[in-house]
Amino acid sequence: MVDAVPLDSPFAGAAACPWWHMRLAADVATLWAMLETGLTDRATQGRNLDELVLAVARERSRPAFGALFGHFAPRMKSYLMRLGTDAGQAEELVQEVMLLVWNRAETFDPAQASASTWVFTIARNKRIDVIRRERRPEFDPNDPALVPQAAEAADRAIEAGQETARLRAAIGALPEEQAELLRLAYFDDKPHSVISAERGIPLGTVKSRLRLALDRLRRLLREPV
Amino acid sequence: MIEPKYHPGEEILLDYADGSLAEPAALVVATHLTFCPWCRRQVAELEAIGGALLEDEAPEPLSPECLSAMMARLDQGSCPEPEAARPLRLPSIDLLGVPQPLRSYLDAPLSALDWRPVARGMEEVDLGLGRAPVRARLLRLRAGAVVPRHTHCGLEMNLVLAGGYHDQRGSYRLGDLVVDDDSVDHRPVAERGNGCVCLNVTDAPLQMTGGIRRFITQRLRW
Ligand SMILES: [Zn+2]
Repeated sequence: MVDAVPLDSPFAGAAACPWWHMRLAADVATLWAMLETGLTDRATQGRNLDELVLAVARERSRPAFGALFGHFAPRMKSYLMRLGTDAGQAEELVQEVMLLVWNRAETFDPAQASASTWVFTIARNKRIDVIRRERRPEFDPNDPALVPQAAEAADRAIEAGQETARLRAAIGALPEEQAELLRLAYFDDKPHSVISAERGIPLGTVKSRLRLALDRLRRLLREPV
Repeated sequence: MIEPKYHPGEEILLDYADGSLAEPAALVVATHLTFCPWCRRQVAELEAIGGALLEDEAPEPLSPECLSAMMARLDQGSCPEPEAARPLRLPSIDLLGVPQPLRSYLDAPLSALDWRPVARGMEEVDLGLGRAPVRARLLRLRAGAVVPRHTHCGLEMNLVLAGGYHDQRGSYRLGDLVVDDDSVDHRPVAERGNGCVCLNVTDAPLQMTGGIRRFITQRLRW
């Protein structure tokens, strides 16, 4: 059964681990039902990742959590290793992030952010907490002091669930040098001056390329579909 | 409510959203976000870009034990969250006027903090945050107080929490976040009526000659 899982599926990580099936024996039927209906394949397309988080929130669904783990854990491991953690520590952190996903699933609001964005912010904050041993200051949406958004500005051009897919397509269409700088900005703690020195690109060029990339992606987010 | 007119700017918001801004500067930015729907939207967009980049990340295979360890942790039940583990301290009425996240860094209302005089008409409370030479502090200027003319040897982030002040470039009110680098030579004057309370982050006067970005990369970024 394990071997039947295609390697490029979100279950690739899980498939490498025979324990998965021992532990989740009771859920195997559900998992297979998901695989057969294509739910796990479509899970990579934004909308259904959201549904998986909602299933964890509503039903404490382990198959849904397993699918989220299979999808996000290997990507987060890669993200954390880029930021300089070794493989062991990265896996430890990935588990802590996924535990927060499990525990905080009720707070996930698909109207505010896609599941990918939500997981990204949890992973970002966790690494600040664990690796830098700093607090992550964030505003509180329920703060009585919060200045609310003007009503007409509140509507989003795109639904949060569609956002990730559109952004990925747009990042893919960026000139490679812009996309690369974008990845470095997010996934390396390197200051722009260091990126500039390492790549032999003038600092002004680093900044202008990054700005071009951000402008383009922002425009896309604000355009009606 | 009036929205702020002075904002941190895209580079600083990006550093905040991607997690590279160190805690003192992140505290100033996050407190500004409480006042500023415009910057909140920018940060939400920058985080969405982070989410898309995470999706694009090439999956790094997990070790075989990783999933079993994960499920064992689920079986142990929920790990206590750090927030939940902390004793819940209800803010006093006075503290409720202080925006988050700054409020969670204070243990007393503004009026009851240990204000220390630093200059004529000017007092401070050091928040004891960050690594030297970065300093995060609250500054209180009496009505009409004039800060001696100065330039910045590095960078300063100043967020107005109450009242306001002005210098030759403009006047700053609730929620405004002013970022000054060493090119700025100014003489801030507190508002006549109310004076001013600010959240202020600086690096100590070192021989820094770079611009904003250089300062951030060296001092305010992690
Ligand atoms: Zn703003």
